[in-house]
Amino acid sequence: MSILAEAIVSALIIIGAVFLLVGSWGMIRMPELMTRLHAPTKATTLGVGGTLLASIAYFLAAEGVFSIHELLISMFLFLSAPITAHFLAKAYMHSRLKAGELPRPDGKGWSTYDKPAGVESGEAPPRDTL
Amino acid sequence: MIEHALTFAFSAISLALLMNLWSVVRGPSILDRVLAIDTMVINVIALIILYGISERTPVYFEAALIFAMFGFVSTVAYAKFVLRGDIIE
Repeated sequence: MSILAEAIVSALIIIGAVFLLVGSWGMIRMPELMTRLHAPTKATTLGVGGTLLASIAYFLAAEGVFSIHELLISMFLFLSAPITAHFLAKAYMHSRLKAGELPRPDGKGWSTYDKPAGVESGEAPPRDTL
Repeated sequence: MIEHALTFAFSAISLALLMNLWSVVRGPSILDRVLAIDTMVINVIALIILYGISERTPVYFEAALIFAMFGFVSTVAYAKFVLRGDIIE
């Protein structure tokens, strides 16, 4: 294994580990959940992406095989982290915050606080919206 | 060179896991704890992959993939439970 490949793998490992550490530290540092969501979903996802790239580079340089497993894991994590953050933020909004306490976006407002069609008038919602 | 980088990474991720554990203990709400457990799962995935590099074997990728899937599904299920009081309606 050449010295250049070793340097690349080591740099990727260290970058990934530092991002993971920063993400976990940010989760302690931030004051409440809505700001706390930023650190794990951004920094930690990048960190695990760095270690997965290091693993790809290591097995490519040491054994000459391009392994696709890491790409699978990193693609899954990059897809699932925003969904996780979205669900946690939505659960937090509905359990702790009122619609009036939030900054108003352009247009009609927060659609997650809207009532489903037909609820105000007391009748059952139409079947096709269920 | 890789051995030293791995030593650094193992200690950094161990520190990150201790921080996550502190975050789980502190809370204060249940969603903070769910977020901390989710971050812990991601740290454990990175730890498993780095262990695979240090052992020079690709056996551990399946374990990491299963951890990723279980972490995602359990976090979404718990957030949905907090949101609606039910997981599958």
